[in-house]
Amino acid sequence: MNAGLFNEFTFFILAIFVGIEVISKVPTILHTPLMSGTNAIHGIILVGAILIAASANNPLQIVLGLVAVTLATINVVGGFVVTDRMLEMFKGRQAQSRQEKK
Amino acid sequence: MNLAIAFAYLIAAVLFILGLKQLSSPKGARQGNQTAAVGMVIALLATLPLLHFTTGGLTVTVLGIVIGAPLGAVSARRVKMTAMPQMVAAFNGVGGGAAALVAVSELLSQTSHPAFAIAFPSVLSIVIGGVSFAGSVMAFSKLQALITGTPITYPGQQIVNGLIALAIVAIAVAIIAFASIPLYFVALLVLALVLGVAFVLPIGGADMPVVISLLNAFTGLAVAASGFVLGNFALIVAGTLVGASGTLLTKLMSDAMGRSLANVLFGAFGSLVAGPAGAGAGAEAKTVRSGTAEDVGTMLAYSRRVIIVPGYGLAVAQAQHAARELADELEKRGVEVEYAIHPVAGRMPGHMNVLLAEANVPYEQLKEMDEINGEFKFADVALVVGANDVVNPAAHNSPGSPIYGMPILNVEQAKNIVFMKRSMRPGFAGIDNDLLYDPKTIMLFGDAKDSLTKLVAAVKAA
Repeated sequence: MNAGLFNEFTFFILAIFVGIEVISKVPTILHTPLMSGTNAIHGIILVGAILIAASANNPLQIVLGLVAVTLATINVVGGFVVTDRMLEMFKGRQAQSRQEKK
Repeated sequence: MNLAIAFAYLIAAVLFILGLKQLSSPKGARQGNQTAAVGMVIALLATLPLLHFTTGGLTVTVLGIVIGAPLGAVSARRVKMTAMPQMVAAFNGVGGGAAALVAVSELLSQTSHPAFAIAFPSVLSIVIGGVSFAGSVMAFSKLQALITGTPITYPGQQIVNGLIALAIVAIAVAIIAFASIPLYFVALLVLALVLGVAFVLPIGGADMPVVISLLNAFTGLAVAASGFVLGNFALIVAGTLVGASGTLLTKLMSDAMGRSLANVLFGAFGSLVAGPAGAGAGAEAKTVRSGTAEDVGTMLAYSRRVIIVPGYGLAVAQAQHAARELADELEKRGVEVEYAIHPVAGRMPGHMNVLLAEANVPYEQLKEMDEINGEFKFADVALVVGANDVVNPAAHNSPGSPIYGMPILNVEQAKNIVFMKRSMRPGFAGIDNDLLYDPKTIMLFGDAKDSLTKLVAAVKAA
């Protein structure tokens, strides 16, 4: 195993712990928005899709690249927008009721 | 990778972690999503200097983004709140599919047999991404009612699934060990797709949220594996974060249903025959009391305390606004109204909160299960709007029932119970509910929105 690969492996292991730790206390009402938010984050695959699409130099790779970039873009854009829509209602409501109390 | 790019990726990773942190508390949740989105933009911009565009490559990259961005944005904007769960499934599926294709493409571009450090994560990414894609399509179809929501089982199903898994392992080993033949990559992807379908088939529609959450974690792992293939730090960290937090979230979701994850995935939930107690009597022997909107409206109008229990029926009928109108009308008459929210009411945890918030129901009226369960015995009427399994007393007193042990709302303790349902059909879990036959229960048949609108009129007239 070379140093680069070992670094990657280190990041991988540390990210597992961070991922578990960071959401360990989440209320039930946020389960769905949180799932949707993490769903948007794995849209980072768009970075990978662009990397392979950019250097495509035969018809097969061009087709694969096109499909991968399209799917990944849907994941990123749709993921963040749909999460925002879910959360917009939570926030709007709470802010409003706080104002009503004042 | 030069230092500037590595630094930008680090900032993106920090923003993802902060975003997740904010997403797990109600106060900062929306901002958390935006924080993560900023991280995503930074990661994408930082990638640009790494690209060496071929002429065709530039075109397909731009074309893919131009096609994908409006597709994602428009469908996310247009989707009804009730269809959110399947929308998340769809977005998750395409991500998994993209991860698998990235790995296939990278394997194809290798001129000689790839080293283990490339071949192994490639194979993982193809398999996990493929399962996630096909599984998400199945989850989408079940929730969208394109196929039946009841578990699909057949004799020897476990064996067939086991054989598919074995075949996948065999091809994977072959690819890693000696053969970089394109046909093998295709076979691997196809088998992964088949496994994804086979894996979700025997799981009931009611359990789809847990399945979607699990597949979400899968996609995260597939993305991380693609990151190892491409040697890309951003993919590894972001994918792993999602894989780890998604796995924990899946466990939290099945905990909220009082079940183990294994039971959800392999229990063929709902195909079990209802428990020995209760069901033996047979439905025809039991009598059901059904009432008119006028009866129920009068009863509500002269109550002191009403607890509304919303369920999926409210969501499908888009009846949240009608529910709020009824509550307003009752409050005008001095009736105390609250909403009892079961953690898994509807199709997703938090589904009801989102719907009712949309109808401007005051946040303070939404009571979580633990908060409201002691209050049912003081309620004059529990108005169950399109919920069933989450109020089924079989969870308390029928050890043979598949939902035994699931925490439920103690609707049975209310002085009167009104069930608003379209028919006597059992709930999503496919289990009969004895509460429907209880002497203090009145059934109000019909579409939830129609019935609620009629109730509003009846309360006004009372």
